[in-house]
Amino acid sequence: MKTLFDKIWDAHIVHSEPEKPALLYVDLHLVHEVTSPQAFEGLRLAGRQVRRPNLTYATVDHAIPTKNRNLPFADPIAAKQVETLRQNCKEFGVPFFDLDRIEQGIVHVFGPEQGLTRPGMTIVCGDSHTATHGAFGSLAFGIGTSEVEHVLATQTLPQTKAKNFLINVEGELPFGVTAKDVILAIINRVGTAGGTGYVIEYGGSAIRSLSMEGRMTVCNMSIEAGARAGLIGPDESTYEYLRGRNLSPKGDDWVKAVEYWRTLPSDTGAAFDRTVAIDANELSPFVTWGTSPEMSVTISDRVPDPAAIGDDNKRRSYERALEYMGLEPDRNIESINIDRVFIGSCTNSRIEDLREAAKVVQGYKISGSVNAMVVPGSMQIKRQAEAEGLAAIFQDAGFEWRDAGCSMCLAMNDDVLADGERCASTSNRNFEGRQGRGGRTHLVSPSMAAAAAIVGHFVDIRDWKFKEI
Amino acid sequence: MDKFVTHTGKAVALDLANIDTDQIIPKQFLKRIERTGYGEFLFYDWRFTPGGELIEDFVLNRPESVGVSVLIAGENFGCGSSREHAPWSLLDYGFRVIIAPSFADIFYNNSLKTGLLPVRLSSDDTAILTQRANSLPDHEIRVDLEASRISDNKGFSANFEINEFRKYCLLNGLDDIGLSLQYESSISAYEQSSRQNQAFLAFSS
Repeated sequence: MKTLFDKIWDAHIVHSEPEKPALLYVDLHLVHEVTSPQAFEGLRLAGRQVRRPNLTYATVDHAIPTKNRNLPFADPIAAKQVETLRQNCKEFGVPFFDLDRIEQGIVHVFGPEQGLTRPGMTIVCGDSHTATHGAFGSLAFGIGTSEVEHVLATQTLPQTKAKNFLINVEGELPFGVTAKDVILAIINRVGTAGGTGYVIEYGGSAIRSLSMEGRMTVCNMSIEAGARAGLIGPDESTYEYLRGRNLSPKGDDWVKAVEYWRTLPSDTGAAFDRTVAIDANELSPFVTWGTSPEMSVTISDRVPDPAAIGDDNKRRSYERALEYMGLEPDRNIESINIDRVFIGSCTNSRIEDLREAAKVVQGYKISGSVNAMVVPGSMQIKRQAEAEGLAAIFQDAGFEWRDAGCSMCLAMNDDVLADGERCASTSNRNFEGRQGRGGRTHLVSPSMAAAAAIVGHFVDIRDWKFKEI
Repeated sequence: MDKFVTHTGKAVALDLANIDTDQIIPKQFLKRIERTGYGEFLFYDWRFTPGGELIEDFVLNRPESVGVSVLIAGENFGCGSSREHAPWSLLDYGFRVIIAPSFADIFYNNSLKTGLLPVRLSSDDTAILTQRANSLPDHEIRVDLEASRISDNKGFSANFEINEFRKYCLLNGLDDIGLSLQYESSISAYEQSSRQNQAFLAFSS
């Protein structure tokens, strides 16, 4: 009896011997501008080629501007980085979705959208949020630049097998509680290093009832619980999502593919090294208050008091976080005013996220004291949202409507928080300075971020007055 | 990658848990296309004011920290992103060894591939070395990778665990790619058989 992770692992061993990492075959390698230039340069210096350019796909997302793309980049260093990827893809024959392509977007958004991401695959990318693709039942994990070079050269990676960790979320998610709240609750429970050394499989009825977009949100933040990979067994929702995508198998190949994918889910009774159970019925919308994704409370809670923490290290980290965040202990979460709202990132920038946020925004204007932006995950999503009328809802309310990219999730471009600015963000990390030096990030779901934009402070989405027009 | 056999050097302690990659090397420095020259940006927001002035009381900026090459930190060091710029910046600054009770997986792997040695010690041992690094001006740490042993000049000594294969690569400064290419025939055989058996999984276009 094997887990989903065991099955994918076993099917990809190219070579193994005792006491050594196994050499694992890589089915799909996604490449972006920030973690690849040194890898391509390494290939050139060693006179090596990209072994399988047809299993390698590149796009630009991290450092690019999300507005005025018809103009030259304001940042010459970012411009050079993007140009370097363009040239590298040309030189090594790697398919490249450039800024003018409808496919262009965040690596973890465009892969599934184009049908590149499939069940049973091994997928790597020089980005820690690669686990996003695990939503399809693939083994997907982030790698460093040396490993990017290794995969480019050999289409394999030496890997030591991680342990199996099952997180079961059983029950029905209450109204207003989203996939984002599920993963924030999980990280809150297991801690930011709780998944270190493990591959997490998310199971249970609440996970199975999530859409593929929701599953991607959950798997995306596995690294925030310390796990390099997180995955979910493929099922009918998975196949429905993939059917007919640009690069998905077609015709007879599709039938054979689904037949194969049906063999992948963990066997009943397969052994996990660790199991955690979460009751979906008990979950509430979450808001992070600190500088680690584990530092979160529900919207009806208060900021914790470090004085109540027994452990010295933990108390110090709480005190430091509160000082950085400019918050006092016992502060009511709903009383926290915000300056900025960011709806976007590989965690929450897909069409479903935008629909959820738009439902909240419809018929309202954003608060006069808030600057808010929506950054779709790909240009395809941007066009779809425009066709569905979502863009108009956001723009009428006062949101900026941008082009696709990572944007203020990591603030490598000019979408940056100013010192002291406080942001309700649908992204994945609330580290010190993540969205700009001195910037204060609160991680929330798209609907909670949208509501905060309108009211100017956090509110409980479960009490929201939706306006149907 | 440079070989790592032994190292002796002065240590500095950053006694914080969960030091993330955004602190180690903030994103604005990731736009460069080179592999070197990141040392000046290490812990940038902790070392410099927004105006670029040195923050004098930050531990790395103190006169006694000149020439340090061993960093002692709290648990889950290097959590966050997969940027290899994190170990590159630590190496370029002059660090060869990072000691912590635990490391984030990706950072740990990246470090081994760049010749920076991450050493896991118990919380108690880490606390002892932290205290000594903070209080003893002539304190020095020595790492013997072959023996998987870490010691200091004040009588401390402990073994640490490291994967034998990784140790072998570090001791010999071996390039992973070269090693994997020894299995070229296995890679080709795998590709042949998977292409035959699972042709239906190829990307349509």
